[in-house]
Amino acid sequence: MNKPFSDPSLTFTLNAQTVAAAPYPGQRLSQLLREDLGARDVKVGCDAGDCGACTVLVDGKPVCACLTPAHQAEGRCVETLRGLRGHDPIADQLAESFQNHGAAQCGICTPGMMVSAVALLREVASPSEAQVQDALGGVLCRCTGYRKIIDAVVGAPAIAFDNAGQVGASVRRLDGAEKVSGDELFGDDVAPQGCCEIFVIRSPFPRASFVFGDLVAFAETPGIEAVLTAVDVPGKNEFGVIPQFADQPVFAEQETRFLGEAVAAIVADPTFMTTFNPADFPVTWTELPCVTDIVTAQGEGVARLHDGRDRNVMCGGLVICGDPQKGVATADVTVEGHFSSGFVEHGYIEPEAGFAQIVDGRLEVHACTQAPVMDLDALEIILGMDRSRLRIVPTAVGGGFGSKLDVTVQPYLALGALKTGKPVRICYARTESMQSSTKRHPSDIRLKIGARKDGTITGFEFYGEFDTGAYASWGPTVATRVPVHASGPYRIANYRAESKGVHTHNPPAGAFRGFGVPQSAIAQESLFDDLAEKLGMDPLEFRLLNALDANVPTVCGQTFRQGVGIKSCLNAIRPAWESERQKAADFNAETTVVKRGVGLAAGWYGCGNTSLPNPSTIKAGVTSKGQIVLHQGAMDIGQGANTVITQIFATALGVPVTAVQIVGADTDVTPDAGKTSASRQTYVSGNAARLSGEKLRAEILGKMNVATDAVLSSGNGMIVATDAAGEHRLDVAAMVADGEGFVFRSEEFYNPPTKPLDANGQGAPYAQFGYAVHLVVVDVDTAMGTVKPVKFVAAHDVGKAINPMMVEGQVHGGIAQGLGMALMEEYIPGRTENLHDYLIPTIGDIPEIETIIIEEEDEHGPYGAKGLGEHVLIPTAPAILNAIKAATGVRLHKVPATPALVRAAIVKAAT
Amino acid sequence: MTYYTPTALSDALDILSKANGQIVAGGTDVYPSSKKGQTPDYFLDITRIKDLKALRQSEDGTYFGAAVTWSDIIAARLPAAFDALKAASREIGSVQIQNAGTLVGNICNASPAADGVPALLALDATVQIESATRPPRRVSLADFITGIRTKALAADEMVSGIHIPPHDKAMRSAFEKLGSRRYLVISICMTAANITVGADGRIVDARLAVGACSTVAQRLTALEQALIGARPETVQITAVHLDALAPIDDVRGTSDYRLDVVKEQIRRAITGAIRA
Repeated sequence: MNKPFSDPSLTFTLNAQTVAAAPYPGQRLSQLLREDLGARDVKVGCDAGDCGACTVLVDGKPVCACLTPAHQAEGRCVETLRGLRGHDPIADQLAESFQNHGAAQCGICTPGMMVSAVALLREVASPSEAQVQDALGGVLCRCTGYRKIIDAVVGAPAIAFDNAGQVGASVRRLDGAEKVSGDELFGDDVAPQGCCEIFVIRSPFPRASFVFGDLVAFAETPGIEAVLTAVDVPGKNEFGVIPQFADQPVFAEQETRFLGEAVAAIVADPTFMTTFNPADFPVTWTELPCVTDIVTAQGEGVARLHDGRDRNVMCGGLVICGDPQKGVATADVTVEGHFSSGFVEHGYIEPEAGFAQIVDGRLEVHACTQAPVMDLDALEIILGMDRSRLRIVPTAVGGGFGSKLDVTVQPYLALGALKTGKPVRICYARTESMQSSTKRHPSDIRLKIGARKDGTITGFEFYGEFDTGAYASWGPTVATRVPVHASGPYRIANYRAESKGVHTHNPPAGAFRGFGVPQSAIAQESLFDDLAEKLGMDPLEFRLLNALDANVPTVCGQTFRQGVGIKSCLNAIRPAWESERQKAADFNAETTVVKRGVGLAAGWYGCGNTSLPNPSTIKAGVTSKGQIVLHQGAMDIGQGANTVITQIFATALGVPVTAVQIVGADTDVTPDAGKTSASRQTYVSGNAARLSGEKLRAEILGKMNVATDAVLSSGNGMIVATDAAGEHRLDVAAMVADGEGFVFRSEEFYNPPTKPLDANGQGAPYAQFGYAVHLVVVDVDTAMGTVKPVKFVAAHDVGKAINPMMVEGQVHGGIAQGLGMALMEEYIPGRTENLHDYLIPTIGDIPEIETIIIEEEDEHGPYGAKGLGEHVLIPTAPAILNAIKAATGVRLHKVPATPALVRAAIVKAAT
Repeated sequence: MTYYTPTALSDALDILSKANGQIVAGGTDVYPSSKKGQTPDYFLDITRIKDLKALRQSEDGTYFGAAVTWSDIIAARLPAAFDALKAASREIGSVQIQNAGTLVGNICNASPAADGVPALLALDATVQIESATRPPRRVSLADFITGIRTKALAADEMVSGIHIPPHDKAMRSAFEKLGSRRYLVISICMTAANITVGADGRIVDARLAVGACSTVAQRLTALEQALIGARPETVQITAVHLDALAPIDDVRGTSDYRLDVVKEQIRRAITGAIRA
């Protein structure tokens, strides 16, 4: 019966080479390729066909390798990105095009995108946009907003080139080549084959008590190397990104606080893991009553999740100026609203993953992270080990958006390696990632605004409660940021904004692009439209009338002498605002079911920590070979720090970017550039890089005694400076190098000038703000309730665009996330824990985006530059809600505005 | 555990007489629904059986073997009555899923939201069922899927193919799918309409099938009967016509919402079929 047709071995062609393999029955092709055949360019994002990252060609056809039984490869031709590069000129040309457009940001989806695109381009040499969308619809990207990918595949003219890369130039990503070749190594790509694996045992209930069975006996099971629980934590079983709020255990003790919380882990060899059934782990659960909403959680007599946090209130924030109550009471016109939003999942395509090993008695952790030094801080406490014995080596990061600021896999890796003494690896399954990672805070916001007849805002009262879930994570930051930003970029003389973070047995809510500001902007920008309507004013003119300006105080009483770009953004949108509204009116005159609407919304965002120290250090030097080296510790999670920081440094030093060798983040060799968060890297680390470049230049010029405008070049043991007096040479090979091999060295530090906030939230929370206005055109199918954005125009004041192509990339990606939040994304614990029930936008959902770059130079920013990453998705959702209102007359107070919600509102309005 | 890759259907059926097997073709449902540590005793891969890759058309109708993929349907030259099936095929997941997933896998997975089922119901599809020990049998698709993830299939049986009976050459067909995003999306509801309009401009044949609005996709027989003899522009859909539907509330939409929009969706599908 089991004769020829059950041969366990197979032979096939992989990237033009004949390979033999012996997969276990049912093994996925993705796993065979990655683990048995070394093809780690095949990325795994979901193991369910939902993300397409693992796309390979089988006999020329794109399939998800994660859904393909390895045995089906028998006799077939399998191609992955690495193989296509080098064997197919179409792939090489596409790789150039991807780099010319910035079509790869973090790069985790790039192999799947490129492989799918090659299959299309083999069939259709010059595809249309629709053909590209159909061909790439099965590959999710969370960074780019897809538009650059479409441009790259249709072969649009290049917008970036390999050039000197001075500030203001659209140079191609300096780390782009690896992303388009499949050679970039992410969290799950660094462990050696056959390495021990870690599997985390998680709570099946939001709140449960539990009792372990005989763990000692279980640990003796052949194949298992170790079992880890709270008793194995040598230091403190606690972590948290804000030290005074640290409250989360590595392994829960006695009781769990959210669905998917870790209680134990096993370390075992990969063969054991293949057949391991988690139900065999000896633990008995008792489900306990839980609270999953913030109203119940604050009720009297409800059990507290954490000692000392009365009524489950973690903390709050407050900003008051003027007399808001009177301002509203005496207004000619008032509006008010109650707005809400749910959990939003970061949805990076790379699940949390990493590898750890002991090297010369020290622990090395290689994992995807946004904050290597914070990981080190956390492990020092958890392990009770001196930090000198720890080394964090970040891998490439396949998307972060805030969630990879918190430690994720690092404690398990560290504990596993220490307990077994062996190298260990871990990669979260998609559901595990979604259950355990932090989320955007659900919000419940009440807002009342009053204005005079002439449109001047007279009073603003905001109260927002946020579900911070089981643990604090970045909840306190959200509580602080929201009241500072809830005004939007406007002059509001009488203002009160109060926030509160409340614990529930939901997943911990943490940092997600915007720290609560996208939620508050939905309330504020929606009501601004309603207020303008009541006043009979044009929404754009209403915003302009109240917009901030230089020397006009914010609600925190802070004024800026320059760099307040909101009016410039609003004015830049005006032509589109007028023409698109006219076009929509023409469209609506011809249609009855599908209605078109144009909406706009503004936003602002302070770069860096709120009134807290936020330093960054950048080290650089010249070696005795004449090589310029930049220690670039600002984590590039796709946003482009590797390129932008280098552009700033190279400009300050006066050399092309191609002359600079980058040394990436590594806590052993690279100084702390701080976390990649709060849109701070371009501004803060950029300044440190500028100072470092300037200092290095000054030292070189001083040593060579040449003019300050001398042109430098370096290499082959020589620095050459050319000034009006001619060419000067310095034989650096003859100079004495320091311990790091440098003959010139600079290490500079920058910390933004901020001032503390007083009890009323008055002070100088940020050294700079960035500003934005989005316009969106939507088509609403009023019979179905579906909303289709058809065009965006986005104006962003970035101070100075260090790299305009990457500015566009951030704008596109932020809009895609804002669109998802507005229309489709809601994480419901226990229900939307995968990427087919939790929907993020696909390549078919993002329309044309026109980016208008405004440069109101900031006095503190490097070359005037401001941060950008988070700013983008702040105006997107309210702009969409305002456009829906313009199209249908219906005001939505809740996101996501799913078809069901939109249709219900339309029906209600009609009755 | 064994992974079988027979090349003859008879061998496959012999293997299937052993218990606790998992048939696999495209793998697009097998892997996503698998649970860690819970493995079948064997996998039976049917993709090497040549006859199951067949897509045949004759006077007796059309036959799709069990290994025929969505991409095979999209690429095939098929009569206009298959336009809904083709449109549904293009809406299945993504190109990657269409290249691997099979129609038979879709019906055997028996999801209420299976995109292929309404189009196949509108084609009056029957399924061919075979086993090692009993003669082959044919069951109408409507009787084959019995509930959520359940079907009229014994453990030692497999569906070897789908048969579509002959139809009027004038039959036209359209498919409407509603989802919260483009691509890779589970339907909120979907409708397939196969309509034949006579020379006098009146409807002579109507098959309407709706998915994701009941535990099993349904033909709307009351509406079909009401349509016969009517002029397409006079079609009125009433609550009685939707009696067979009993949608649920889930993350994709409420029951009320589904009942509300499905009416419009049916209207669009009928219009689409007539204009096709």
